[in-house]
Amino acid sequence: MSIATRESYGKALIELGKENENVVVLDGDLSKSTKTAGFASEYPDRFINAGIAEQNLMGMAAGLATVGKVPFASTFAVFASGRAFEIIRNSICYTNLNVNIAATHAGITVGEDGGSHQSIEDIALMRSLPNMTVIVPADDIEAKQAVKEAVNIDGPVYLRLGRLGVPAIFDENYKFIPGKGTVIKEGNDITIVGTGLMVSKCLEAANLLENEGINARVINISTIKPIDEEIIIEAAKETGRIITVEEHSVIGGLGSAVSEVVSTNYPVKVVRIGIEDQFGESGNPYDLLEKYGLSMENIISKVKGLLQSL
Amino acid sequence: MREELQNYSSELRMHIIDMLTEAGSGHPGGSLSAADILTYLYFQEMNVDPTKKDDPDRDRFVLSKGHAAPVLYGALAMKGFIDLEELKNLRKLGSMLQGHPDMKRIPGVDMSTGSLGQGFSASVGMAIGNKLDNKESRVYVLLGDGEIQEGIVWEAAMAASHYKLDNLVAIVDHNGLQIDGPNDEVMTVSPLKEKWESFGWNVIEINGHSFEDIENGFSQARTVKGKPSVLIADTVKGKGVSFMENQIGWHGVAPSEQDRINAFEELQGLTIKEGR
Repeated sequence: MSIATRESYGKALIELGKENENVVVLDGDLSKSTKTAGFASEYPDRFINAGIAEQNLMGMAAGLATVGKVPFASTFAVFASGRAFEIIRNSICYTNLNVNIAATHAGITVGEDGGSHQSIEDIALMRSLPNMTVIVPADDIEAKQAVKEAVNIDGPVYLRLGRLGVPAIFDENYKFIPGKGTVIKEGNDITIVGTGLMVSKCLEAANLLENEGINARVINISTIKPIDEEIIIEAAKETGRIITVEEHSVIGGLGSAVSEVVSTNYPVKVVRIGIEDQFGESGNPYDLLEKYGLSMENIISKVKGLLQSL
Repeated sequence: MREELQNYSSELRMHIIDMLTEAGSGHPGGSLSAADILTYLYFQEMNVDPTKKDDPDRDRFVLSKGHAAPVLYGALAMKGFIDLEELKNLRKLGSMLQGHPDMKRIPGVDMSTGSLGQGFSASVGMAIGNKLDNKESRVYVLLGDGEIQEGIVWEAAMAASHYKLDNLVAIVDHNGLQIDGPNDEVMTVSPLKEKWESFGWNVIEINGHSFEDIENGFSQARTVKGKPSVLIADTVKGKGVSFMENQIGWHGVAPSEQDRINAFEELQGLTIKEGR
């Protein structure tokens, strides 16, 4: 069954609301899309609609955190990370306040709304801010746990969530630990590091490659900052080659983060799959993923290319 | 009491001049224009206590016009939140007294500010949070008149009246000047009263250098229920130091040693009786 991580967020929020009366949710007139509407009807007093005003949405979230509230500030990723960037920088990160930013509709799979609404640079922006934790859950189970864990993380958290349904990767036994990556398939020929909705495609690609005798290790990196250096360095040492896959620009996101770790600690070749330095366009999300190289086929071809190049 | 406040504000102005002369950079004009308002807030209006600085029920103050940091630092030092000796470290490497207020470093600072408009937005969040908890405490926020050119100010103003934040009092330090010139030459901000009223605020116009006016303004704000209040405080940029008054050039330039001597002579003259 495929569930969008924004749906997981909405459900987890309601549970959090019951467990913690300091949890408040802010939205910018998008509660039906960001899925905060469920929390709003359950706990109307603790739901604050900022209207279509993302800068003030983030500013109010900061103020609420200073008086002991646990805010979840929700809007689309493009507005959260872009329009409100400097409020996040100065009022939330410089202050190191416990504000959780839940940015839905991230990436190109926003689809038909087009390039203006497709946030493909938000990981880069948020990752560059001191004190910020950046989490991109891969599926429903991980997303729900990440929402709950965000409350326990000291300082601001950026949760990157999607509009499109994603297949299950993890089962109920999975335990999300902030800052920890997970090997979801063993292998020693090459490593494929994925994040968010691309993780399932990495896994599919690895399974097909196995039929051709190529044993790819697949790692899910859901906490992009602080990144799990250990698991990446180990992969570099043991497999010698790394492919990164993300629904984000190839500049500044997972691929950059992994490259930074590898180049400093154990240089091996890293090939980054993501949206090349360009804006997206309107279209069906699945067609867009194909067109912009975020497909299982492209992962397979890049893996083969990298294996041949060495 | 007003005599005492007058002495406090003269002392505060001397700290501002001292601090800025030592630092060699910073913003005297907008610090001096707000000195009487800060004096009233810290020595009369607000429930804040340096021995209980983390009291969740305390009143909050946000200096949204964060470049006027010296007026806040001076008031915090006089109130006992920070050591008076610390003031000479303003803007120096390793000092708690950053060029703009930093809540992580300075006891008594409720919100880091400096990027204009953001402190006001945060103060609205504080007031909403306190209302959720049915707290009696109040939130005070000081804005510059140039600052209200920022779009976020009006997003926040709209939210404050929407959420009926009668526990929030904004003060606009209306000295009429900003870096590039008079407000209305740079970007028209008038009519202030009508703008705030149309956003659903209770507007009180005061002389920001008259303690009687300031007192009446804050008292009236306490009586208004169901909406936030704003005090439009007519002030003079550089107030108290004649050669700085209404001079745009003194927005962001530090006094020289000779300026300090000249300023102190004038400010000591304003003191009604010997200091505290």
